[in-house]
Amino acid sequence: MLYNEPNPLETRVLTKRFGIPNSEKAEVYVANGGYQAFLKATGMPPEKIIEEVKVSNLRGRGGAGFPTGLKWSFVPRTSPKPKYLICNADESEPGTCKDRLLMEYDPHQLIEGMLIGGLAVDSHKGYIYIRGEYRYLITMMEHAIDDAYAHGWLGKNIQGTGFDFDLYVHTGAGAYECGEETALLDSIEGKRGVPRMKPPFPAVAGAWGCPTLLNNVETYSAVPNIIRDGGAAFAALGTPKNGGTRLVCLSGHVNKPGVYEIPLGYPMLEFIEKFGGGVRGGKKLKAVIPGGSSCPVLTASECDIIMDYDTLAKAGSMLGSGGMVVIDEDTCMVKAALRIMRFYAHESCGWCVPCREGTTWLRKMLQRFHDGMGQASDIPIIGQVSKNMLGRTFCALGDAAAMPTISIVEKFREEFEAHLDGRPCPYEHKPAMALA
Amino acid sequence: MSDIVHLTVDGKAIEAPPGTLLINAVKRAGIEIPAFCYYDGLKLQAACRMCLVEVEKTPKLQVACTLPVAEGMVVHTDTPTVHEARKGMVEFLLTNHPLDCPVCDKGGECELQDMTFRYGFGESRFLEQKQHIDEKQWSAVVYFDRPRCINCYRCIRVCDEGMGLTALGITNRGVLAEIIPNEHDHLNCDECGMCIDICPVGALTSGMYRYKTRPWEMKHVGTICTHCSNGCKTTLGVRNDEIIRGNNRDRSGLNGEFLCIKGRYAFDFTHHAERLQSPLVRRNGKLEAASWSEALAEVAKNWTAIKQRGGRFGVIGSTRTTNEENFFLQKFARQVLGTNNIDHHRSGDVPTLLDALSGRTDALATTADFYERKAVLIVGADLSQEQPFLAWQVRANVRHHNAHIYVATPGPVREDRVAAASVRYQEGGELASLENLREKLRAEPELVVAFGDAIQGDAVRQLVNFGDSLGVPVKYVALLDYSNSRGALDMGLLPHLGPGYHAVDTPGMSLAAMLADESLDALWVVGANPLGRHVLAASKPFVVVQDLFLTDTAEHAAVVFPAASAYEKSGTVTNLCGEVQRLEAAIKVAGTKPDLEIFGLLAREMGANLGIWQASKIFEEIRGSVRGYNIPLPILTTGGAAQTAALNGHVPAPPRAERIQAAHNTLFTSGSLGQFSRTLQVVLEAPGALYQGR
Amino acid sequence: MTFSPALEARFAKLLTIYPEGRQRSAVVPMLMYAQDEVGCVTRELVEEVARRCGVQPMQVDEVIGYYSMLHTKPLGKYHIQVCTNISCLLTGGEELYEHAKKTLGIGNKEVTPDGLFSLEEVECMGACSWAPAVEVNYDFHHHVTCEKLDRLIEDLRKLK
Repeated sequence: MLYNEPNPLETRVLTKRFGIPNSEKAEVYVANGGYQAFLKATGMPPEKIIEEVKVSNLRGRGGAGFPTGLKWSFVPRTSPKPKYLICNADESEPGTCKDRLLMEYDPHQLIEGMLIGGLAVDSHKGYIYIRGEYRYLITMMEHAIDDAYAHGWLGKNIQGTGFDFDLYVHTGAGAYECGEETALLDSIEGKRGVPRMKPPFPAVAGAWGCPTLLNNVETYSAVPNIIRDGGAAFAALGTPKNGGTRLVCLSGHVNKPGVYEIPLGYPMLEFIEKFGGGVRGGKKLKAVIPGGSSCPVLTASECDIIMDYDTLAKAGSMLGSGGMVVIDEDTCMVKAALRIMRFYAHESCGWCVPCREGTTWLRKMLQRFHDGMGQASDIPIIGQVSKNMLGRTFCALGDAAAMPTISIVEKFREEFEAHLDGRPCPYEHKPAMALA
Repeated sequence: MSDIVHLTVDGKAIEAPPGTLLINAVKRAGIEIPAFCYYDGLKLQAACRMCLVEVEKTPKLQVACTLPVAEGMVVHTDTPTVHEARKGMVEFLLTNHPLDCPVCDKGGECELQDMTFRYGFGESRFLEQKQHIDEKQWSAVVYFDRPRCINCYRCIRVCDEGMGLTALGITNRGVLAEIIPNEHDHLNCDECGMCIDICPVGALTSGMYRYKTRPWEMKHVGTICTHCSNGCKTTLGVRNDEIIRGNNRDRSGLNGEFLCIKGRYAFDFTHHAERLQSPLVRRNGKLEAASWSEALAEVAKNWTAIKQRGGRFGVIGSTRTTNEENFFLQKFARQVLGTNNIDHHRSGDVPTLLDALSGRTDALATTADFYERKAVLIVGADLSQEQPFLAWQVRANVRHHNAHIYVATPGPVREDRVAAASVRYQEGGELASLENLREKLRAEPELVVAFGDAIQGDAVRQLVNFGDSLGVPVKYVALLDYSNSRGALDMGLLPHLGPGYHAVDTPGMSLAAMLADESLDALWVVGANPLGRHVLAASKPFVVVQDLFLTDTAEHAAVVFPAASAYEKSGTVTNLCGEVQRLEAAIKVAGTKPDLEIFGLLAREMGANLGIWQASKIFEEIRGSVRGYNIPLPILTTGGAAQTAALNGHVPAPPRAERIQAAHNTLFTSGSLGQFSRTLQVVLEAPGALYQGR
Repeated sequence: MTFSPALEARFAKLLTIYPEGRQRSAVVPMLMYAQDEVGCVTRELVEEVARRCGVQPMQVDEVIGYYSMLHTKPLGKYHIQVCTNISCLLTGGEELYEHAKKTLGIGNKEVTPDGLFSLEEVECMGACSWAPAVEVNYDFHHHVTCEKLDRLIEDLRKLK
């Protein structure tokens, strides 16, 4: 059973097999057109595979949006060291719940994507790093992998192609930071998930010091479609430089929250309306977090844009991980900022000073503010402290904490002012936070 | 790649070798980039973000501690953005800092204080509740105050990388991240205190020093540790003639910042309650306090009488007294007492090594070689326990230069963890075990060989033959016990060799022979405790002892002179590698005298003229007359270490082969002296054990 | 320490799937699966995992403090994790969490006296589009209301 009704307006590329029973069976996947892209790729020179991915304009679906083909081309294929393939299934950006579905409903698509990645960079060993909370998915993925081995889609000399590939699942244990690719590498090595210095980049020195190709679940899952139908066809689904479709996780104050696959470049307001069924309870839209809690929020008036990486960047935000959170008019933005900061303060690994101290300072300040004990002078300090973190932390977590905060202080300053002088939160009496 | 990179920092043209980190490169132009977590020689962290600078053509501020210089790079360290970033970082650091500087040990020499003064805001904007965690005691010497900690990870890194231990780690995350010791509550380590010294703030404090003084109330005296033979410089903090702490934070001396527990804390014997502060003379079978003149007269009277009747003298020197004292002592013995019965507790077969290497000028290793040479072979020593600084050098060499370490020991040692290969042997199988390493050693471009007392006599020659057969340049070190074990040998505290290893006409008795000689008439023991483990065969010899404490030997004495320790005198000592360094007197303990002065007074009392007993004058004589010691004075006077020259010529073997045995101290023992160091006694690890792989 | 045959089999496999000499990688998975069986990460388990993976116990200690799913104290038989992160907050996660506190009579990371339930306010666990969400041990519950939560707790109580 799917978690939400699919929408007929979806462009189902990665999700086209969603809902087919026994998805963990390799046979079922093959019967539905699966593993053909891998077989096709075995006949292609690696450069050609990477070229197809480049042509597809596929960009990293984890959040950073880095061109995938380019990333693949950074892995030194000819390095004498073993090369590793890692799939980042640590899905933990608040607002994001799509990788879960890709693993649950079409695990072999991910396996096939990784196999093609292995061909492209001459890697023979892969790991899927799944967040610990997804234990049921770890079990499902293990079954799918076992079945792939049993049917000759993993292991030695896969389907007689001469290509060997081993794939394993590695469980996380509860740490947002491990979604950051270098922290994930430390984590998979059995250490605390603390990000690494870059350079060297994982492509050159990643897991266990070896060249490593690291992509998100959705990114790998897109690859079989690209190889099967050609990069150009995938690119054509989206806008220039923003190829293909992506899974958008719609949540918050909409009538029909859910995960929907749409082409890049889809208009945001139309998406909220046609997929989400509009803002719940007929309320007015106040703000949208377009791609997970790290993204600067957009006010309602800023939402009349199309959704692709470049357009959102131009609008001062990010497409991020596809976690779109819709916020209605009855929501206290100070509370939203506080909750987001609570999260980052909890998840900061503590390695670098500005993130470690800044997130907690901001959390405490926002809490005090929301409790009605704020001072007018706090408002600019919240912004300044956030800016002291921005661009100065070891990894992007500091930015992820600072950016939404800065945007909320700047765009909803009047809500901060409304909390001053011991007033209780002006939204507290409204039932908006509660279930309708 | 070019040999030199050109860059511009704050408008100044700077040159630096490729690979130089920006934070270091700017120092040449007199520019300081502040940092907390950056520490020369340890892994890069880039965690404190204090060293952010502007680099043209990069949008974000860059971390200077991890950024290698690049040709044409244009850097700005003095812009409003950089100042603002630094202010921000200091402000962040202070948010949870208790600001208890008035009662903090570190106050006055705290890096956070200095940085706040130089780069911080003048006011605090932080209005929230600070995070508080109670202070914890981790060991007898280490306390941890979490709120003061800035999580720079220096302590963890120095413990892990520097010491090769995992006594410290970090738990939790975010603002709750906290340094932890073993199993969260104790330290299972060397108790070296490196973590305390390297702490930029007052988070880690020393059980010896805490709440005792303010740093500016002390004078700081750089001298050489008296304990092992490695010759570490320890800077003693002194107030009111009391040593309050030891450290080497200024990285002076051959040991840089390294000190072990002994160098850092085991100065405390100087104030031990049992310290002798008056001469003792035996009257009616009991040792009683006497004046110096009484005691001196008593000795002179007896010695003169024994000498006149042709009696037999035995003289046992010290492995902790200065070169000047040792030189003067042997002169006294040979010229005034007329005997070659002089020896000391020998621990490594330096004479045979020098003979085997005679004529070679490039075959004696320095302490620096353990850090710089591409391969090191350790034979028969638990280096981390017995020679802690050399072990530190070896670990740093592996870390910084990927050096290859080879170990041949009877049991597991800490060096196994970094070793390219380790072999075990049973006693007697030392040299044979090396054959298993031969092929690997042959493949090395160069080698340093350090060997303990397991290799002595002919085995030393065989070891050198083995080294020669490898076909690569090899340097050697014979491992020794104490701060001037080497000086005792060099100065001729030997029955068959005078200063500079010149043969004497009629070899005297060795230490063992003297003790076994039933007809010995007089025994003079200086800074040694032979009766701690041997029995004196002679029934009624006249025993004179110079020491700090009433040792087992002193208890047998007719006269005991209260001697000054190495921390209370000037002079020079020579470490196991032949590196000569100067002692500086840090304190004076009432009632004691340096051994040299006692010798001088005794000589005067005997009516003998051995020249003026001033250390600098005697060192001049040593430089002029002892082979290898014609070393440049400026190196010494500026606090450096000057290596003595190799010998050219034959060093005769003792007439009768004797087994020498080192003390085999651990990190927590120091011969008889160690018993009087409270610190060494109270740590959990005391007295420690060798060959446990620790 | 010995574990159930299934867990031993998992451990045995874990030690083979990482590159030679990199068995440290198995530390976190071992702790995750072992704590389910042991109840929490005990001192004995730390030493055991360190031994099996060839690392220092300190290296295991460091890891435990870092990952929020590793527990050094026993949890309830049913560990109820209520998400209050942004998507759940907007749809009533906070009220749900407050309700759970009241129903179970315990606070965050506390265990009911009978050891049956423990409660934790957790960060986003990837159920945003079906918020508010609750995870009981490893089972997800979506679109949870206070009433649904009460029923769930009742059912679990009956199940014991």
